[in-house]
Amino acid sequence: MLWLQGCAGLIGFAALLEIVPRVGLVSPHYLPPFSVIMVALYKEVQSATFWIALGATLEAWAIGLAISLVGGIAIGIAIGSSHLLRTLTHSTIEFLRPIPSVALIPLAVLLFGSQIQSTLVLVIYASFWQVLIQVLYGVQDVDPVARETARSYGLGTWAQIRYVTWPTALPYLMTGVRLAAAVALILAITSEVAIDTQGLGKEIADTESGGAVAVMYAYVIVAGIIGVIINIGARALERRVLAWHPSIRLDAAEAVV
Amino acid sequence: MIASLLRRVAVVLALPAALIAVWWFASAGSENFYFPPLSTILETFARLWFSPQAMHDAVPSLIRLSIGYVAAALLGIAIGIPVGASRSLRNLLEPVLEFLRAIPPPVLVPVLILFAGIGDEMKALVIVFGCIWPVLLNTVAGVRALDTVLAEVVRSYRIGALARLWHFVLPGASPQIFAGLRQSLSIGIILMVISEMFAASDGIGFALVQYQRSFAIPEMWSGIILLGIIGIVLSVIFRAIEAWILGWYHGLRRTQRAA
Repeated sequence: MLWLQGCAGLIGFAALLEIVPRVGLVSPHYLPPFSVIMVALYKEVQSATFWIALGATLEAWAIGLAISLVGGIAIGIAIGSSHLLRTLTHSTIEFLRPIPSVALIPLAVLLFGSQIQSTLVLVIYASFWQVLIQVLYGVQDVDPVARETARSYGLGTWAQIRYVTWPTALPYLMTGVRLAAAVALILAITSEVAIDTQGLGKEIADTESGGAVAVMYAYVIVAGIIGVIINIGARALERRVLAWHPSIRLDAAEAVV
Repeated sequence: MIASLLRRVAVVLALPAALIAVWWFASAGSENFYFPPLSTILETFARLWFSPQAMHDAVPSLIRLSIGYVAAALLGIAIGIPVGASRSLRNLLEPVLEFLRAIPPPVLVPVLILFAGIGDEMKALVIVFGCIWPVLLNTVAGVRALDTVLAEVVRSYRIGALARLWHFVLPGASPQIFAGLRQSLSIGIILMVISEMFAASDGIGFALVQYQRSFAIPEMWSGIILLGIIGIVLSVIFRAIEAWILGWYHGLRRTQRAA
């Protein structure tokens, strides 16, 4: 019932996109009817260009996200475990975090041109902070009693990280993963639009300047679908990884009732 | 008292000072074309951004950003409240809104160039379209999660629509709304810069690209630093406003946690 209404909403939106240009509210040169966009998409899907662009975007997204995850987790646990490091680095992290990663665009272009490394610089800078901040919150949230208990039982540093710190930080980390996954896609596309690295964003910019408006919208829709898949995937991953966690268990119990 | 204050200041400043010192000395006398000495960058910074040039580039960018951001915030809240309050509207619109939010905002730049050309309207519109979704969806979530008991009390007392909005709905949803506003702020800065990089005749993004293309490296670095400073200042302002408006909420959370 619920998804039926959602489908109705989506169909209504598609119908709106079809009707608005047809009745001339918006010039079809700017916004072609939905059916025309879909035909363009159908043709585009059969071309190699499409799959190369899609692959390039996903590649930059995945590599960038993976590097920021590994870096964010390692550095976050290292800093978070030491009170001294935490206080010393706090101001620097708060200072560096709001620096917009687009500020690095000219530097990336000079160093790497329009290669994938340029995209990676932007993606990593933006998503690294999302992961780091959440891991830091998570590590701070460790129950002091649990930590004392672990220490009394003679757990070593690694065992403490594995059995005390990690499970506490995991819910925070998953929030970080979810945010970072979305941000990484935004920055990957940003780089493709602004510095012409290979990918969906570049196709969108190129088709716009080439006047192939329907194809451009087809790519915009694809970019949106990728975004939706990433959001849904990240949420599904969160539920799966945290299936043991009270907050998720509670949700599930309520859903059954 | 003063000693502890001094120690706190020292702790805050130690690492940033060390990092800047490392940059300063490592780059001093640098022959590397791409990494000029920090002293040169700072001189360029003072020359460029404390001059009429700044009026030409930085001010238009910031005006477009503030117009776009404020418009997005108002629209997002105004649309989010009715959608959040009505279950059927929510079920109908949620997938569409999720899809629109998932479109990476930078793709809007080429799209809106079609509609609005490459003028100021396009850049402000890009920022509105990019920033509205986090605010809207968070407002929806916030209104939806309003306290049901309070809602019934408000209804039983027949409190008027305006008073209900101002004293119940908006404050109740405000923590969520601010979470959305914060996400929007970083998206807004990204869009401000890349809409200018893509097509413009003024603005920080435009200036940055010009410097980079003409290999004016110290100027380029000074632009990077300016953008960094803008990002930091905006986030400080945002936090001050949030602390002011959400002060009651953070206080409540603290006492709840202590209890």
